[in-house]
Amino acid sequence: MSEVPVFFLHGLAYAGLLFLVSAGLTLVFGMMNVLNFAHAAMYMLGAYFSFTLLRATGQFWLCLLVCPLFLFIIGALVERFLLRRVHTYGHLHELLLTFGLAYIMTELVKLIWGNFPLAVNIGGFLGQTVEFFGMIYPIYRIFIFGCAVIVGLSMAAILYKTRLGIILRAAVNDSEMVNALGFDVPLVFTGVFAFGAALSGLAGVIAGPLLTTYPGMAHEILIDAFVVIVVGGFGSLGGAVVASLLIGELQSFGVLLFPKLSLALVYLLMAAVLIIKPSGLFGEKQ
Amino acid sequence: MIEVEDIHSHYGKSHILHGVSLELKEGELVCLLGRNGVGKSTTLKSIMGMVRPTQGSIRFDGKELVGSQPYQIARLGVGYVPEDRRIFKSLTVHENLMMGVQKTKRGGASERVWTIDKIYGLFPNLRERRGNKGSHLSGGEQQMLTVARTLMGNPKLILIDEPTEGLAPLIVKDVLEMLATVRKSGVTVLMVEQNFKAAIKVADRFYIMGKGQMVFAGDMAALLAAEDVRKNYLEV
Repeated sequence: MSEVPVFFLHGLAYAGLLFLVSAGLTLVFGMMNVLNFAHAAMYMLGAYFSFTLLRATGQFWLCLLVCPLFLFIIGALVERFLLRRVHTYGHLHELLLTFGLAYIMTELVKLIWGNFPLAVNIGGFLGQTVEFFGMIYPIYRIFIFGCAVIVGLSMAAILYKTRLGIILRAAVNDSEMVNALGFDVPLVFTGVFAFGAALSGLAGVIAGPLLTTYPGMAHEILIDAFVVIVVGGFGSLGGAVVASLLIGELQSFGVLLFPKLSLALVYLLMAAVLIIKPSGLFGEKQ
Repeated sequence: MIEVEDIHSHYGKSHILHGVSLELKEGELVCLLGRNGVGKSTTLKSIMGMVRPTQGSIRFDGKELVGSQPYQIARLGVGYVPEDRRIFKSLTVHENLMMGVQKTKRGGASERVWTIDKIYGLFPNLRERRGNKGSHLSGGEQQMLTVARTLMGNPKLILIDEPTEGLAPLIVKDVLEMLATVRKSGVTVLMVEQNFKAAIKVADRFYIMGKGQMVFAGDMAALLAAEDVRKNYLEV
């Protein structure tokens, strides 16, 4: 079983990526009650922007910085000028809007970059391998997990150690009441949605060199990300951490141990969690 | 201090308020009475900007409130204590109170009268439980916390929706005493209440609503004299 440590590390890397995608999704859902179907499409945009910027400059670190910023702006515009307008008509309209946006983004990507996979190669330090405990392992996968840890810890620090964090957590409980206490909740919503979009963009940049950059990448990650937030509990950041690790490892070891069943395993896990605790592992009862 | 003039409000397609008017002077404690579903809560929510009136005007210290967002109205000095407590369940008691603090300072009468120390002095229970999650409080403590949270914003006018609902008689007494204290501190209070007996102990004046309109306005003597109004609009 010499593969076990390697597959464990593979699982961690995928868990890191899943967390980066689902953290924004669950945050937006918890606060705004919007299930953002365009979230994974924004992740795909992040990957494509990064592909182009990397080809032009060769600077991966620059992509890590600039692409999330792009997505932040796109997210802010989407919230301010589209989502906010349909908000009064209820959840169904919000859902349809984000659904439509996802399609538009995917078609635009096909128009601009073509309907075929693109390979992203990063050279330099991140492209190397490292040897430890007698294994040779790609640094990039460790880097992914590291990014997720840094993002997760920063989000926790903001949520639990700052005044902004108190406002955000209160808005998850009852945003109308937060508004009535004198906080500009519409501005908070724009910020949170834009931040979620930036996170998905960051995840897209990071996913580029790991997975293939192609128009179907959005659908591919969307399903796993939804499973993560259902298993972890809608709106729970801690739940997203645990569920990402579970799904990441399950995917990784599923391929190793039950290759034929591996696709079904995540759904089995989701079904099991929903039977035992319908609100998800860390979800609050509605 | 506040004049509500002929407002009409809707929830979706149902027309709830059919021209409601009321007026409060500074320092008054006024009680809005009436049966379930006549529009008392909607009146408070309309003032707070949580429901947007389609007609009419609401002026607070001379400024028009209709069309403003709740947070803008709160920043002008209007505090809202909702009906079903609505404390932030996953926040601690202390964090709940911090949510009441407003950054923007208003000049004049609303200097920082209410500070965290003063609140804890008035509500020793809350001080004891400052580290507890909001969801772990009893109904009475939750009611105290919602009022205290709103006081932290140092409002000039406070709108309170059914503060005694679902509380044991002994706790009702505590809540009423607290309201009397709040009022003594110079805050104007508009309170919605179903509990006529509770209201009559603390209020200066009364309004009674029937089906989306005001049917009575007057002080306690007038209310006691108007037997037909009480019979038709209050007693079951």
